[in-house]
Amino acid sequence: MKLVARLALYVCLLAAPCVVAAPNPAALNPAEELQCVEGEVGRYGGHLVIGQRSEPKTLNPVTATDAVSREVIGRLMADLITINRASQQSEPGLAKSWTTSADGRTFTLKLRKGIRFSDGHPFDADDVIFSFTVYLDEAVNSPQHDLLIIDGKPLTVTKVDQYTVLFTLSRPYAAAERIFDGLAMLPKHILEKPYREGRFVQSWSLNTPPAEVVGLGPFRVKEYLAGQRIVLERNPYYWKADHDNHRLPYLDELVFLFVGSEDAQVMRFEAGETDMVSRLSSENFALLTKERTRTGSQLVDLGPSLEYNFLVFNLNDLATKKLNIISGKQTWFRDLKFRQAVSAAIDRDSIVRLVYGARGTALWGNVGPGNKLWVNQAIPHPQRSLDASRQLLKSAGFSWNNASQLLDPSGKAVEFSIITSSSNTQRMKMATLVQDDLAHLGMQVHVVPLDFRAMLDRVFQSFDYEAAIMGLGGGDPDPNPEMNVWLSSGSTHLWHLGETQPASDWEREIDQLMQQQMITLNYEKRKRLYNRVQQLIAENLPFVFLATPNVLAGAKAQVGNFHPAVLDHYTLWNADQLYLRTETRGMERAGIR
Amino acid sequence: MRTKMLILLLALVLLHVIVIFAGFIAPYDPGVQNRELPYAPPTRLHFVDASGFHLRPFVYASMLVVDSYQEDRTHEYPVHLFVRGDDYQILGMFRSNAHLFRVDEPAHIFLFGADGFGRDEFSRLLYGGQISLAAGVLATLLSLTTGTIIGTISGYYGKWFDESLMGSAELFLSLPWLYFLIAVRAFLPLHVSPAGTFLLLICVIGLIGWARPARLVRGVVLSARARNYVSAARGFGASDFYLLHRHVFPETFGVLLTQAALLVPQYVAAEATLSFFGLGVSEPVPSWGNMLSTLQQYNVLVSYGWLLAPAGALVVTSVIYWWLADALHSRLKSHSI
Repeated sequence: MKLVARLALYVCLLAAPCVVAAPNPAALNPAEELQCVEGEVGRYGGHLVIGQRSEPKTLNPVTATDAVSREVIGRLMADLITINRASQQSEPGLAKSWTTSADGRTFTLKLRKGIRFSDGHPFDADDVIFSFTVYLDEAVNSPQHDLLIIDGKPLTVTKVDQYTVLFTLSRPYAAAERIFDGLAMLPKHILEKPYREGRFVQSWSLNTPPAEVVGLGPFRVKEYLAGQRIVLERNPYYWKADHDNHRLPYLDELVFLFVGSEDAQVMRFEAGETDMVSRLSSENFALLTKERTRTGSQLVDLGPSLEYNFLVFNLNDLATKKLNIISGKQTWFRDLKFRQAVSAAIDRDSIVRLVYGARGTALWGNVGPGNKLWVNQAIPHPQRSLDASRQLLKSAGFSWNNASQLLDPSGKAVEFSIITSSSNTQRMKMATLVQDDLAHLGMQVHVVPLDFRAMLDRVFQSFDYEAAIMGLGGGDPDPNPEMNVWLSSGSTHLWHLGETQPASDWEREIDQLMQQQMITLNYEKRKRLYNRVQQLIAENLPFVFLATPNVLAGAKAQVGNFHPAVLDHYTLWNADQLYLRTETRGMERAGIR
Repeated sequence: MRTKMLILLLALVLLHVIVIFAGFIAPYDPGVQNRELPYAPPTRLHFVDASGFHLRPFVYASMLVVDSYQEDRTHEYPVHLFVRGDDYQILGMFRSNAHLFRVDEPAHIFLFGADGFGRDEFSRLLYGGQISLAAGVLATLLSLTTGTIIGTISGYYGKWFDESLMGSAELFLSLPWLYFLIAVRAFLPLHVSPAGTFLLLICVIGLIGWARPARLVRGVVLSARARNYVSAARGFGASDFYLLHRHVFPETFGVLLTQAALLVPQYVAAEATLSFFGLGVSEPVPSWGNMLSTLQQYNVLVSYGWLLAPAGALVVTSVIYWWLADALHSRLKSHSI
């Protein structure tokens, strides 16, 4: 007993000088209009360690495009109105309330009074005006810029008083409050100078001194070690509190380790070096589930994600390109019956079982069952039927020779290649299954794994491909972010890019419906319009939809308020409320302390 | 000494015969997917049931219960020898459907388990061996032929021939090949058929490897050329062709044979490396390399150990060849003394 006590003392002595205290939360001030959040009341303290697949590229919320940078930035910054990841509905953020005018064109936002940035500087309407000036500045080239342009006109922002801001849209815009989600409010007192001097794009790189990266999020930067980790510490002035009037966040520090790959993330988690993993593949999820008791972790299967994986045929206009072989094959791809035959021959249940280990859902449309608000339940889910496929091909003039090869009406054997990203093992597996399914129809299909960038280049630039297996979606469940896929002029209108006008009647109808749903404010009416869009897509198969994976995530059992969501960021969206029931040993295992 | 070499040669012949007759020995077609049996573990052969011992082994059908496979003990499926099954071809000439062993459907006999698509790993290993070993042997032939020609010219004619050829050999030896090959693949048309890729693979591996044999052959030719009897023959007016054919070439045979035994396993491994990186033959055609490439995924590596079978096959093949090279080498030495 004595020995144990002495050992414990040694451990304390050893540990004590190494711990650098995180700032304590600032005392509550009655003048502050804090947001009180629902959820379990946690305890202060602790470090949460997370493995990232790569290093963030920037800490600038306006210019960041990659998921890894956004993962970190999302914890440093806050937005005016936010989409609650659990309910998928919008809720107040830095704006404590908002009103919409009767015509749906003006929004009046009331800001929280008395709240401060992570350096203690107060936040008010001037910061909001400044932030939108930056987002709307074409020279900054923010990826969010296009969201703020409605009907070719930018939204206008006017300061009414120190805590009231007026937004005016050029025309009514459905669910307009959702565009505020993810638009970080910037500190004018820090960033105005670099912005005026034209240095905004270069500001807030990873090498910026931590004290200069100032935000309204639950954490602020403490240190960055190139190639190793970035450590965030509590923002002592954060504007949210729990029921018991404790200022959030609970965690002292949030540590992002740069580990390299999904497999490395899983291994680090298994070894107890990290406390949380998200975006798990089903195989890794199964592996971690087996070891759940040994590693003391909680694993959650959240059901279908919003991502949709599909097979797309190249229907681009190749007249100006020298791709004669591909344009010859486009006569098949353009034939709806050919695409229907392909769709009917694909064994989606096998894809779900073999690719996702049954942790996924077959898809027949662009909106999956994970999107409860918008899915069109009337879309048929026909069983796989090779007979139906053969009938369709026969009626389109295809035939079979003695070696049961499929021949097109002109007698040419049907043979094409499917490109897919070699780094995505799941889509590679899908391609191999589709290849085998189509071989039953006598089609000779080659699977060509390509480097992800090389594949994107072929799909978006050179159009030098025949078919591809890709995935889209996963962001917001609302139909508006899907506009760029389904509008014939959209930048992600993958199967036929750069259409000056709709290439077919159904594409014209989709254009009209999408435009109309964008300005319809009533949910029921929008739903009817979007249902019709989904129906048109399912009938005309510009994409042959395959399947969607489930959202799978895990954390140490000690992590409290762990409520992963199907929307990005799956596990850290409520980082301000996460807490550790007991301290984990991730930091020591990872060799940080 | 002699017996060791004989045993090794026999083992080598056996290995190649097994692989050539893959169609007969493998119970299944390597491309057939059993989608209900992904990652099925190796099938256990049973000899004993409730009624006692059976000389003829039998298996049980596998079924997936939640996350693991179990044997369905309600029905036994005896292993039949010499039965009819899927069609196959041997050497692209003889068609047949006779198989060495098989069990009745719905049971399967997966001696080395199944991969992620429920394809029989044992059958794929044998068929994959056809690609991998053929690639090794053909590429060796190609690289030895090229190497011999270049080495002979270089050694026999000397002067600037020698300097330029050996200079480029050094250049070839110092190039970072993997990156070069990845770059070459990017320039090829999108879909090259599996046969086309195979030929390309052989050419690439074979042509890259000419430098080392060329240098060896050059050395031998250089010393042979200076022999007294060669000079004498030249004095009698023998042509270059006669000298090379009659006196110089025979000297190189030993070196070439040893080189061949060393190069084959090296090229089999090269094929595996290229296929591992997706530069070799593509799905669904198996090769040892592309079979191993699924092990790049951590969870597969730790959960499904039987998928390492191609690595075992690679080791066995390499060891046999290396021992043979060793035996050849010592035999050669004892002869020359």
